[in-house]
Amino acid sequence: MTDISSQQQPFEAEASFGDYFALMKPRVMQLVVFTALVGMLAAPVGVNPVIGFASILFIAIGAGASGALNMWWDADIDQVMTRTAKRPIPAGKVAPGEALSIGVALSGLSVMMLALSANFLAAGLLAFTIFFYAVVYSMWLKRATPQNIVIGGAAGAFPPVIGWVVATGSMSVEAWLMFALIFMWTPPHFWALALFMKSDYDDAGVPMLTVTHGRKSTRKHILAYTVLLVVLAVGTAFTAIGGVIYLTTAVILNALFLKGAYAIWRRNEAQAEADSYAVEKSFFKLSLLYLFLHFGAIMAEALLRNSGLGGW
Amino acid sequence: MTLKAEHEMHGRRRSRNVGVGVLLVAFVVLVLALTFAKVTSGDFEVPRAETLR
Repeated sequence: MTDISSQQQPFEAEASFGDYFALMKPRVMQLVVFTALVGMLAAPVGVNPVIGFASILFIAIGAGASGALNMWWDADIDQVMTRTAKRPIPAGKVAPGEALSIGVALSGLSVMMLALSANFLAAGLLAFTIFFYAVVYSMWLKRATPQNIVIGGAAGAFPPVIGWVVATGSMSVEAWLMFALIFMWTPPHFWALALFMKSDYDDAGVPMLTVTHGRKSTRKHILAYTVLLVVLAVGTAFTAIGGVIYLTTAVILNALFLKGAYAIWRRNEAQAEADSYAVEKSFFKLSLLYLFLHFGAIMAEALLRNSGLGGW
Repeated sequence: MTLKAEHEMHGRRRSRNVGVGVLLVAFVVLVLALTFAKVTSGDFEVPRAETLR
């Protein structure tokens, strides 16, 4: 009898390698790899290329592990939201228990290997980042407070600090400036998404700002955080990681970003619905470019500095 | 008579096995490269025999 029941398991339970990889949120991992690499290159100390490559890889695996733990915990709400319904667990491709096992195993492996390849401080920061994203953000904040994105953004902001610590073995103001850049960028980025993914968060019961405080308030918040971000991003140009290239990039991008946030603030729901949230969608796309180009400029400054150019 | 029809499930299972195999080999190579990078760096010191006792 038991044989019959075991033979009736659905074929969907057989996940492919790609399904397991999708658990690790590859697009988030790309951002993690890029920002951690910039943090490492911007540091005043050089790193052996093999050790640097391995360290970035283990940071990426740690980020992927926390993504798998997030998908395991959030499988119920992922199923409800259009944006996440095709993820491996709600799509029935990977069992929740498998995602948990992969998340825990890769978390341990990545932290241990980063400690061996780089140093214990970097490994400790990676462990804290995984804990912060999987436990503090996913299990606690996300379903409890509209500030979920604000505080949870810290998890995504740690990679450049870890990259810096891999190179130097210690932390400094410049590393925390890169942290602050991602931390302040995260809320406007996600709130713009929440504005045009209209009913997703409502349906899932996630207390996003759009749900708890309304869309008008969310528009105000986007503008307020953007103003603070602009000051921080342009101010960073005058520190040790800045320079002419970074300043030029920051001035142009922040002017565009501020213009977008102002346009979002001025609009009401009727106007937004009339053009299918065109302004909010373009602001969201610009936010992706914004972060990529800011960190690209920091990397350019670092590479030029190593050649005797760049910086002030 | 042998059954030759292959279910799509077999393809997924194969991709998983090949993927895990490639990852394991890559991990071994990476640890080897890391070890080499560590022992050839300037500040590496071989532990003295008395400290190992």
